Amino acid sequence: MGALANQLPIGLSIAAVLLLIALGLTFTFGQMGVINMAHGEFIMAGAYTAFLLQGVTSQSFLIALPVAFAVAGLMGLLLEWSLIRRFYGRPLDTLLLTWGVSLVLQQLARDLFGAPNVQVTAPGWLVGGVDVLGLRLPYNRVFIIGLAVVCVVGVWLYLTRLPAGRRMRAVVQNRELAAYSGIATGRVDRFTFLLGSGLAGVAGVALTLVGPVGPSLGTFYIVDAFLVVVAGGLGQLRGAVLAAVALGFLNGYLEFWTDASLAKVLVFVAIIAFLQVRPQGMFVLKGRALV
Amino acid sequence: MTWGRISLVVCVVLLALAPLTLSPFRLGLLAKYLCFAIVAVGIALAWGQGGMLTLGQGVFFGLGGYAMAMYLKLEEAGSAGLPDFMVWSGVEELPALWKPFGNPVFALAAVVLVPGLVAFLLGLLVFRQRVRGAYFAILSQALAAAFVILLVGQQGLTGGTNGMTNFTGFFGLDLTDPNGQRAVYAIAALVLGVLFLVAKLLVRSRFGRLLVAVRDGEDRVRFLGYDPALVKTITFTVSAVMAGLAGALFVPVVGIISPAMLGIVPSLELLVGVAVGGRFVLAGAIAGAIAVNYAKTLFSEDFAEGWLYLQGGLFVLVLVFAPKGLAGVVESVRERFGRKPVEVTA
Repeated sequence: MGALANQLPIGLSIAAVLLLIALGLTFTFGQMGVINMAHGEFIMAGAYTAFLLQGVTSQSFLIALPVAFAVAGLMGLLLEWSLIRRFYGRPLDTLLLTWGVSLVLQQLARDLFGAPNVQVTAPGWLVGGVDVLGLRLPYNRVFIIGLAVVCVVGVWLYLTRLPAGRRMRAVVQNRELAAYSGIATGRVDRFTFLLGSGLAGVAGVALTLVGPVGPSLGTFYIVDAFLVVVAGGLGQLRGAVLAAVALGFLNGYLEFWTDASLAKVLVFVAIIAFLQVRPQGMFVLKGRALV
Repeated sequence: MTWGRISLVVCVVLLALAPLTLSPFRLGLLAKYLCFAIVAVGIALAWGQGGMLTLGQGVFFGLGGYAMAMYLKLEEAGSAGLPDFMVWSGVEELPALWKPFGNPVFALAAVVLVPGLVAFLLGLLVFRQRVRGAYFAILSQALAAAFVILLVGQQGLTGGTNGMTNFTGFFGLDLTDPNGQRAVYAIAALVLGVLFLVAKLLVRSRFGRLLVAVRDGEDRVRFLGYDPALVKTITFTVSAVMAGLAGALFVPVVGIISPAMLGIVPSLELLVGVAVGGRFVLAGAIAGAIAVNYAKTLFSEDFAEGWLYLQGGLFVLVLVFAPKGLAGVVESVRERFGRKPVEVTA
């Protein structure tokens, strides 16, 4: 029982990282129909930002969070502006296109930082943990969970309270109608990309707390993050949250009960089974289009 | 005689002359490219004709390859012995899963049936629920990821990360002997030729037209009373069987099968050739697969790091400037100076 309960913060922190990654994907996918395989490399860029900044000041880990957001966000913006906007309406082509970009970015990281993994030293106040009701809570896991909560609340406030967020929801729901109503959809698209890629960068910084940083860091998480999007439903904040938590726990506990190699297969089977019941994911935007 | 016929004859002649002129090493490489070309035919069917972007062909390639490798390992080990890697990982008795693979007929049947069955089940479950397009692509990619992790994890059954290697014989052929290698090459070329013809006939048949119709307007086809899910499932299964056969040939040709050849990246690499050559034209897909893999060998010999830049860059360039591949460039030029433009989406 103790071991089972100790799995809780691990499962939740996996979910938190998945959520940070999936948020960007679900909005770029839901809003623009773009499947961004290079999203994983934005995670990597965020992680390397934390690596480069460490030791610069005493609080460089906290500084790394906004810097990584900016670095990854600008990379996303550049990608959208230079290539992806030519490909709207061709989701499968964007998938392949961004995969090509991701190959180039990975090799670039290998040339810049070397192929071996590097380590980011966690700040002193994140080392150790606290016992709550006999449950061991490592500080780094708690921090990641807190970070994800802050980001999700931020995105939610943005979507519901700010004019820019309302415009974004309008474009997700009906692009043409939004355009006719005077919303500059192109600008909204670019901003969504900036936001989503930036969150991936933040996720990258969070990942340095639980493991080493390498050129292929992004590839480990991108597939699971896409599964979150598929299971949660496109462009749905609550769907992404629920699916990320479900997948994080499923991954965490299945690895604990069976061995890790079977866990991935079982997760895959579970998702196929889930799609039999809800082929569109947990939450669907109601519309009259044929599905 | 049309240009298509002439180039087909030229290709057949070139393939037939290859064993006489190429060194055994180069011939082996060519045979490897032919294996990838077989996968490319399947991808061109599923993706080009059916609009199903499958990012998990490595899985079916691997299922076929492992089925063949298991038989070859058992044949080598003899009636009582264990395959070498099992001895190394401390397995004492042959696992039940392995036992039937001692039978060559069973192994050959498994090469076709196992990938076919997996694809059929997945296709049926997914397409019936109208999960399609990008969703299907993501699911097939997740399958590839899970499959590789499973193979690596089950060390005693599959040889883990190292996979299986050191094959000496293939149905009585000596793989260490140049003549044996030539024979294996001939088999690969023959299988490619037969599957190319099968695919060609399929595309030209009523079923092929239905498939293109499903790609371009799935709902309309459904309203006409057909079952698009079944059409897609059958096509996906056929393409998986082709990948399985290619994997089974890959084992004697290259002499190794391991998870590193089957994961997400290799599955996507299989697509690069098809995209470059032209996914809507079967012959273009084959030529693209051979050319891209040849380029990979060429660059890997001299500067390996450059290849990833080149491959990524090539992919981006082709998609931006020639979404229908090189075969499409010819078509586009013809369209520009001819009359009717052909719109292709998906």
